[in-house]
Amino acid sequence: MADRLLEVKDLSVSFATEDGVVRAVDGVSFELDRGKVIGIVGESGSGKSVTAMTIMGLTRDVNARFGGEVVYQGRNLLEISDTEMQNFRGNEIGMIFQDPMTSLNPVYRIGEQIVEAIQAHERVDKRNAHRRAVELLRQVGIPNPESRVDDFPHQFSGGMRQRAMIAMALSCNPSILIADEPTTALDVTIQAQIIELIAQLKDDFNSAVIMITHDLGVVADIADEILVMYAGRVVERGATRDLFYDPQMPYTWGLLGSIPRLDRPRPERLHTITGSPPSLITLPPGCKFRPRCPHAFEKCSEEPALENRVETPGHLDRCWLDVGYKRAHREESISGGTSEAA
Amino acid sequence: MAAFFVRRLFGAVLVCIAVTFIVFVIFIIAPGGGKRGTAERIAGKNASPQLVIRVEHQWGFDRPFYVQYWKLMQRMFTNKLVSYTSQVPVLSQIWQDMPATFSLTIGAGIIWLTFGILVGVMSAVTAGRLSDRLITVLALIGISMPVFWLGIVCRYYLAENASVFPDGEYVSLSGNPLQWFYHLILPWLVLAVLFIGFYGRVLRGNILDTINEDYVRTAKAKGLSWRRILRRHVLRTSLIPIVTLFGLDFASVLGGGAILTESVFDLHGVGQYAKDSINNFDLPPIMGVTMYGAFFIVFFSVLVDLFYAYLDPRIRPT
Repeated sequence: MADRLLEVKDLSVSFATEDGVVRAVDGVSFELDRGKVIGIVGESGSGKSVTAMTIMGLTRDVNARFGGEVVYQGRNLLEISDTEMQNFRGNEIGMIFQDPMTSLNPVYRIGEQIVEAIQAHERVDKRNAHRRAVELLRQVGIPNPESRVDDFPHQFSGGMRQRAMIAMALSCNPSILIADEPTTALDVTIQAQIIELIAQLKDDFNSAVIMITHDLGVVADIADEILVMYAGRVVERGATRDLFYDPQMPYTWGLLGSIPRLDRPRPERLHTITGSPPSLITLPPGCKFRPRCPHAFEKCSEEPALENRVETPGHLDRCWLDVGYKRAHREESISGGTSEAA
Repeated sequence: MAAFFVRRLFGAVLVCIAVTFIVFVIFIIAPGGGKRGTAERIAGKNASPQLVIRVEHQWGFDRPFYVQYWKLMQRMFTNKLVSYTSQVPVLSQIWQDMPATFSLTIGAGIIWLTFGILVGVMSAVTAGRLSDRLITVLALIGISMPVFWLGIVCRYYLAENASVFPDGEYVSLSGNPLQWFYHLILPWLVLAVLFIGFYGRVLRGNILDTINEDYVRTAKAKGLSWRRILRRHVLRTSLIPIVTLFGLDFASVLGGGAILTESVFDLHGVGQYAKDSINNFDLPPIMGVTMYGAFFIVFFSVLVDLFYAYLDPRIRPT
């Protein structure tokens, strides 16, 4: 029996703004078991970060409205008080962010910031907390942690800062680590190291990871399951393998096509999904991807439900197209239209 | 750090030298009038012809400009810069007026910094709500009220009509500490009002900017309480620009900048000395106070830089 840590049920988040109500997340559901990595993929504005921040309680605001449930240890995190939420943040659920350059406070030493996280949840004196900070930095691969612990963030490189962020997020041994685009601001070589580090620490700390990214390539190796989000909805969901080898949603094809690949003939230009995501205030009727979808037909004016349409159980999508048609036509989207000529 | 300090100090000395030269140009060279005209200006309104001739010779107005500059500097730094109207050496007078100005500055500075921070934090944490709007209106009124008007109104109603407070004058701290405090309450408050409004507005903006910083979100994600986040992560960085403002404003008031407050409450500080000298067209004191004020500002800006380096490790030289 899998050890279920988190259950997100039909989560919806909307924000009241001057221009209207922004429906940032609509009906997102997933489950996370101990030891697993779930990837949430989508472009900017798809609702992936808002989903993650809502789990952390970071989107709480007078203008925010929530629906559904986020169940952790039998409690709905959407309903507990702010003070209770503080005990969950950092302690039960740790989070690292996109830009390590700005996510650390520039005026405090790296060690001080980790100590602060430890002391927020545990009764530890400064000396012991400091010793633990050194140990954590060693675990995330900071060379010479005894002296680097007293450095300021600006004395660290980007990759090292993200490592320090990870050390901080893991300092109270949380069950869940949420990584919100952890590698977007880093060099490609560093990206791989950070992803590997997260995967390894997940095992060391016996936790689970929610990895948020716009780059399917980032989660390809480490995710067990992937959610593809578009306009606040999950448009495809399945085991990583299924999603890569049998993608069902034209939007997923577009994402797959926009990964540069060495094992295929090189197209002149990298594939792009034409158009831009819809406004979350006035969403188009029907399938939200229809205006940008090259395969749209009449039925798409009605929104498809997220359901299982292929033989593999647990592989869900929101697309009316016939599975056979999709399997015959998706290759041109994935490998890019001009690749045949090359 | 030591090298940084030395470099900064060296720069400050250069700035001070430049200031003396600018003062020399503005007061001696620029007005023109030839050697006699210049001597007449320096000697003051009611100078006898003999005095004018003596000044012309002693100040070297019949010699090249660098000699004039040199002689001016000699006077300035040996306490031989004398007001010909009152016969009192400028430095001695400044020295005598210093305690009043210093007392005014210290007290007002503490008040305006404390309340400025309080006002800024209060309006920032309640941003958009009624209390924020109320504070904003009050702050703007504070900024817009001319000091001389507010000072006179306060003195008229609270000191002359109602006698709640003493009617002007400065009492020395060593002479009677209680009276010293009592006499300074009104000037402190009047001088502080403008700064409180201004600092409050600046800090409110800084805090609202800082709240949206990524590292504040990180602090929330760590599970810190909002109070702690506000104190350690928001306020600490938002206060850095306030330090700069405070250092320079403090120095300028200390350098005789509170002319209006000092005069309205008749404190006999450096600012009032400057005002009286201007009224009498008495140039030597004006030159003296100008330079003395500039030196203070330069000195405090060095202090500000050092404190800045302490507060923000990014600009700390390594």
